[in-house]
Amino acid sequence: MDRQSDIGRPRDSRAPLRLLSILAFLALWAGAAALAASPEVPGPVQVFGFLVKEAASGELFYHLTVTLARVAAAFLIAMFIGTAIGVVMGQSRNADRLLDPWVILLLNLPALVVIVLCYIWIGLTEAAAVTAVAINKIPNVVVTLREGARALDPKLTEMARVFRFSRGRMLRHVVLPQLLPFIAAAGRSGLALIWKIVLVVELLGRSNGVGFQIHLYFQLFDVAAILGYALAFVCVMLLIEFLAVQPLETHLNRWRPRAASRAA
Amino acid sequence: MKHISIAGGPGQRPGRLKVRIDSKTFRSAEGTAAEVLRDFSFELRPETFTCLIGPSGCGKTTTLRLILGLDQDFAGEIELPSPPPRLAAVFQEPRLLPWRTVEQNVRLALPPAAGRTVDLDGLFATLGLQDLRGRYPEELSLGLARRVALARAFAVMPDILLLDEPFVSLDEHTADRLRALLLELWRTQATTVLMVTHNVREAARLADRLLLMNGHPARIVGDVPVPLARAARQGEELRRFLDELTRAHPETVLA
Repeated sequence: MDRQSDIGRPRDSRAPLRLLSILAFLALWAGAAALAASPEVPGPVQVFGFLVKEAASGELFYHLTVTLARVAAAFLIAMFIGTAIGVVMGQSRNADRLLDPWVILLLNLPALVVIVLCYIWIGLTEAAAVTAVAINKIPNVVVTLREGARALDPKLTEMARVFRFSRGRMLRHVVLPQLLPFIAAAGRSGLALIWKIVLVVELLGRSNGVGFQIHLYFQLFDVAAILGYALAFVCVMLLIEFLAVQPLETHLNRWRPRAASRAA
Repeated sequence: MKHISIAGGPGQRPGRLKVRIDSKTFRSAEGTAAEVLRDFSFELRPETFTCLIGPSGCGKTTTLRLILGLDQDFAGEIELPSPPPRLAAVFQEPRLLPWRTVEQNVRLALPPAAGRTVDLDGLFATLGLQDLRGRYPEELSLGLARRVALARAFAVMPDILLLDEPFVSLDEHTADRLRALLLELWRTQATTVLMVTHNVREAARLADRLLLMNGHPARIVGDVPVPLARAARQGEELRRFLDELTRAHPETVLA
């Protein structure tokens, strides 16, 4: 939510500070690399050199796309199933009592165990990879959306009942807008968690994607390549955040009487 | 325990709204039960304006909720006229969807087919909302939000309109304007109105009939027609009526 508040601030007041922060990071990195003077600590120049070479060969975009597709699939499945279960648990005390132990079990099951079991039981397939990632994320979504469903305003529900809102109208105009902040919170933390798990899944049982490439260059001890791939994917996630998530949030929050969010 | 039925049949229209409440009990979290309503009934003739009056907390809002079907845990029977009437309500708080504009809030209450096409210009103009159609509820004052809630209820063209203290905590000037609008809209649309209030003066100025409610558990303790023509409900005549009412029902009217 606090990210929300600086959306409305004038662009020019924060841009120089951000730029300064990024430059300081690069300088620190270059300095450390120069001090270490070892191929295991490559500087920014080597890493960007690798990225340029890998991009020119087409490898970079291929593996980025493959990983991104897995992230998207797992994300959508986890959000959809997690929201459905979470809302049911938030609305029905019996469902909550029934499913709560399962959620706690899944929350505490190590990601690695889920991944290995999925590969063993489903096979070394794309479906197994995506399923494993989704299962890791679902309990988080459930817990967040359960809170959201508990917070639904009964006064608005009653109003909708009196005016005979249809099921669809109720969902779209009464329930979903109340759940959106919770869906956004689950989505934010979800995206970050999911791409990290996707890399592990790729490392363990896929033959393409960023995780597979990192595994490959680990065996070659090519640190510049490992950092290059990691950095490239972080950049992709940042682009998604700035170009999709934040504008969408601003749009969905346009009704809030906060001058800052409307001025943006 | 719920008994909501549709009475009457062909040839019996227009029907009455019949309310019979044998008992309504609330159970607290600790399990203690408190009976709030017991043993009363009343009927509303079509196109009449009735006010339900009583001290705060005596169960007026609960009675409205039972009629609206929002609370079905009671002993008794709510008999809606046939064919099934269209209901609308104005709650104590405006209960608008904050994420939808004024106009969307009104249109969403309409049946899907009518919702997109019905012309609301006249209604918005009458209520002074024509310039606020695109605003979001949180940008409005309470008085304006109340007007939107009234607009929503009237747009539905309800057969039965239930209002729960719709003018409370408004300044007297705004409240008076909205009362006049309510009367005007009630006259032009053939609506049966039941309004809950603890403001006896307001009730005497608006209604055809006053239902007085009091006691623990509460019952209907008085059923008083208002014999005055609406134009004559001011000054001396209104005062005489109110004095008489106070003499007959001091506990309910003075509370």
